[in-house]
Amino acid sequence: MFKRSLKWAAIALALSLPLAAQAHKMWLLPSATNVSGVDPWVTVDAAVSNDLFYPDHVPAALDKLIITAPDGQTAKADNAVTGKYRSVFDLHLTQQGTYKLALISQGVFANYEINGEKKRWRGDAVNLRKEIPADAKQIEVSESINRVETFVSNGKPNEAALKPGGKGLELVPVTHVTDLVAGEPATFQLLLDGKPAADLKITAIPGATRYRNAAEEISSSTDKSGKFSLTWPHAGMYWINASTQDDKTEVKQAKQRRLSYTATLEVLPQ
Amino acid sequence: MRRLKFSNLLLSAPALLLAAPVAAADLNVTVQIPQLNVAEYHRPYAAVWIEREDHSVATQLAVWYAQKESKEGAGTKWLPDLRQWWRRGGRDLALPVDGVSGATRPAGQQQLKFQSGKAPLNDLPAGKYELVVEAAREVGGREVVRVPFVWPVKSMQSLAAQGQTELGAVKLDLAP
Repeated sequence: MFKRSLKWAAIALALSLPLAAQAHKMWLLPSATNVSGVDPWVTVDAAVSNDLFYPDHVPAALDKLIITAPDGQTAKADNAVTGKYRSVFDLHLTQQGTYKLALISQGVFANYEINGEKKRWRGDAVNLRKEIPADAKQIEVSESINRVETFVSNGKPNEAALKPGGKGLELVPVTHVTDLVAGEPATFQLLLDGKPAADLKITAIPGATRYRNAAEEISSSTDKSGKFSLTWPHAGMYWINASTQDDKTEVKQAKQRRLSYTATLEVLPQ
Repeated sequence: MRRLKFSNLLLSAPALLLAAPVAAADLNVTVQIPQLNVAEYHRPYAAVWIEREDHSVATQLAVWYAQKESKEGAGTKWLPDLRQWWRRGGRDLALPVDGVSGATRPAGQQQLKFQSGKAPLNDLPAGKYELVVEAAREVGGREVVRVPFVWPVKSMQSLAAQGQTELGAVKLDLAP
């Protein structure tokens, strides 16, 4: 019994991207994080890959893309297309301030047996009862909330788009997310359901992993107030990630909830 | 009591006269834009400003960028390439700023003269500062040169720092 649940746990883990550091990494990669001028645009890649930031596995689905404009309202992506290895879209920055680009996947996972055969299901909570056969046995249900974000500022940054929604793992800036410089410490706060997420490990990996032999991962941990600091060793795009799990499920059949937060942050030279 | 007031007034009048700037202090900057032997040359975007010890901007002195109207808006699209200037205060400005923004300058010695009491230097409070010059060139490099100074000065002072790639010598001449 123990062995079996361990195996299911492993499958569930593999399904929940990007939970573990060794798993595939999901990311959004903007062409710039600081823009200006009368008609600024950025183009953004969205993918799941091993190497950062090279699309080498599968594209990220854009149906979960939510862009928040500097006034806190939702903005629309343009020219979205999904290819073999990556999705691409453009963002027209019509407002001054900071845009938040987020892929938010919220789902329910179920493993069950029917006629001795093992089955997996994933989908929305509302369909759980409908889509799993009534005679299914050994049903194990879990929930996940994964957030993959990046940020772009047009002119002077602001923080309206970064207001936490109060659900899952979220990042709140202390140092502004588009104002990061090599060698200067940056401080952020992680929230879990709107409350400080204490004692979580954060890892940051600089991009261009293909051209070096070590991951050059740096890490930090959140304090009691959910705050953590990272000092960027050099300029570049960084993939930062934190994950956790708890039992605060919304679906009553689910015993476990898995949460992850990922962001792509640009660090500029001094 | 009344008498005391009167004498106070008498005393403070000359003090006021003394405090008033008889001759305005000068702050002159010379920025050398180097001649570069490259296949594709564009004049650099450049910014000159004064930073306080905490790196906040005390005053913006100059920013040179493409002024020609284009779809991209008179070169403002590329201003974030002046990275330090952009984050230290460039992005807070509503451009163009009178007496600060101007066209890009050619290679050579570029002279800028400022006087206390007049924009953009105005009345710079006494303290420790850094003159910062940043240059960024299209398809080229970027460089920041800093010249620390104390304001105001009691006697003429000539300070300088040397750029390596995108900037040549940056000179700062201060007069009381």
